Amino acid sequence: MTGEPAARATDVEGEAPPPGRPPLRHMLSPQDWIATAQTAAEDSWVLLAHWAEPAAVHALYLDPATPGVVPVSIAIEAGAYPALSPLLPAAALYERMILDLFGHVPGGAVDPRPWLDHGAWPSEHPMAAPSAPRTDRPAPAARAEQPDAMILPLGPIGRPIGEAALLRLTLDGPVIRRADSRLGFTHKGTLALMRNKSPRTAARFAARLSGDATVAHGLAFAEAAETAVGTAAPPRAARLRVVMLELERIAGHLDTIAEVSRLAGAASMRAACQLLREILLRACHFAFGHRLMMDCVVPGGVAVDLTPDGASALLQALGAVAARLPALRRDHEGVVPGARLSGTGRAGRALAESLGVGGVAGRAAGRAFDARVGFMPGYRTLAVTPAVRPAGDAAARQAVRIAEIGASLRLVSSVLEPLPPGPLTVALPQVCGEGIGCAESIRGDVWHWLRIDHGQITAAFPRDPGWALWPLATALLQDSVTDDVELIRASLALPASGMDL
Amino acid sequence: MKAWRRPRAEPAEPVPADTIESLMARLDAAAQVRLGRTLAIRHVNTGSCNGCELELRALSNVLYDLERFGLRFVDTPRHADILLVTGPLTRNLRVALEQAWDATPDPKWVIAVGDCAIDGGLFKESYAVLGGTGLSVPVDLTISGCPPSPTQVLAGLRALLEVNAR
Ligand code: SF4
Repeated sequence: MTGEPAARATDVEGEAPPPGRPPLRHMLSPQDWIATAQTAAEDSWVLLAHWAEPAAVHALYLDPATPGVVPVSIAIEAGAYPALSPLLPAAALYERMILDLFGHVPGGAVDPRPWLDHGAWPSEHPMAAPSAPRTDRPAPAARAEQPDAMILPLGPIGRPIGEAALLRLTLDGPVIRRADSRLGFTHKGTLALMRNKSPRTAARFAARLSGDATVAHGLAFAEAAETAVGTAAPPRAARLRVVMLELERIAGHLDTIAEVSRLAGAASMRAACQLLREILLRACHFAFGHRLMMDCVVPGGVAVDLTPDGASALLQALGAVAARLPALRRDHEGVVPGARLSGTGRAGRALAESLGVGGVAGRAAGRAFDARVGFMPGYRTLAVTPAVRPAGDAAARQAVRIAEIGASLRLVSSVLEPLPPGPLTVALPQVCGEGIGCAESIRGDVWHWLRIDHGQITAAFPRDPGWALWPLATALLQDSVTDDVELIRASLALPASGMDL
Repeated sequence: MKAWRRPRAEPAEPVPADTIESLMARLDAAAQVRLGRTLAIRHVNTGSCNGCELELRALSNVLYDLERFGLRFVDTPRHADILLVTGPLTRNLRVALEQAWDATPDPKWVIAVGDCAIDGGLFKESYAVLGGTGLSVPVDLTISGCPPSPTQVLAGLRALLEVNAR
């Protein structure tokens, strides 16, 4: 970035921060807030997260050159702040969330429509201090459609055993001319529930942001809390976290591959992946006491140790996955899924970068970002090579998932034996501080930010990869055909709950 | 590993008698008996974290093999006998649940799956959450757990089947 913005460092202190995480957050003037966004747009910085508190708005950028993250803030003046969305399209959904929850008006925003607020909450702006009683906010005018346009609404509970979200497709015959998304159906008020709780209590909410990424969210939250109070998980806990996160990745990728295979008509591949996933979840239950390892990562360490035969049960299950992997790879390259997947839902690298799409969707479009490389302290001594494909389509995403299952299998096996001895948790000191934590989930990088005041959380924000995936999905659906909608959704593993907060 | 080379559905545990009794009472009240031993299930998400869905999806894997019991998931409540509800009842999904319930033909059963669907679980204090499924539609059976395992969900569904067959 050219010329550091005039910055006033805030109150964050502590030990040496984890790699890639800064000890400082810059309070910016409105001019510098916009100048930073301009530089971000020019220098390919990525907007990782954008959130608020009652008196300020924050943004977290990734500088791929360092690489490192840069948190910046701006104070709210007269209920408003300058919107980032005219410069950074990735900011648009966050701005709608910030307006709904806090009432801060993003001046000049590209999209003023509500996002989480569907008019059903008892008060408006429930996170504002004090929150306002509901007045009838005039519904913003719907976008002008051609008078004869055919609209196809999908959702919010239309899908078989899936997450709740609404897609509104404007059709021209079978071709989708415009795709619009509406989320917030599963909004559970998580940010308010986390406030005024100890990190240990609030961790239960972090673990329930997204069930299939419960370890990732739990881990990123725990590391944010540990950074905030200047401590770190003990070595054995750090290793067990890696084991859990990689197990979650294998199980999650198998689930997504199974769902994509079902839609692509590859029934045997689907059955094989479902079975392998079940074998793995049973081993997780045996080893850690919970099939999804929910609540197993806690601030300060991990809540459970491996059961005595846990390691061998896990290795046996991983062996079953490894034995089947070559066949999966072959099946994937076979005619049936290949013809259906190649070219479907093709994302370009520039689009993925501008929206900050990471994870499988980003890597399958040539963006090599993986939070495990350089951003997660637990992986500092482990070799992770991001699996990157250039094609950007559903076939490439499937290929990346298969490659990552193989890599995770190797990673878990190398970490499991031997595990370092020692305690599972450290106590968190009752101090004040601010911290950022991250983890690479099955869908991409998860970031958690929080502030602790004498042992109590005063503000927090979790950034789920969904914030980047939904704008990507609506862009990919445009000019696709209706027959491909479910396949594109499944192949991006589009979430809802994690970003519904 | 043997399990994946020759996968076969696992033997199912007997259904607990008290569950059957309590359901029988409700069915008598409905004074209707359905023919056949097959039930169609519609899943309704009222705010789940997606953990419960993961376990519902697992029900179709070859080890649980839901369909061998004559149970199958359908895409519309119009074809459903059972609404399987997951998640705390968010204010933003209450109407969607009630619409699904209205669209399901009688006699119908509602199963609240998971601690959230039973009473709002961890989220019951939230401004955005009303509580459990029962605040909006009558619930016949609850299956606790966060999330309940596929085995637990299967036991609940089979209890309904037993009742249905009597
Ligand atoms: S019961 Fe647990 S797994 Fe199910 S929706 Fe609630 S938090 Fe998620």
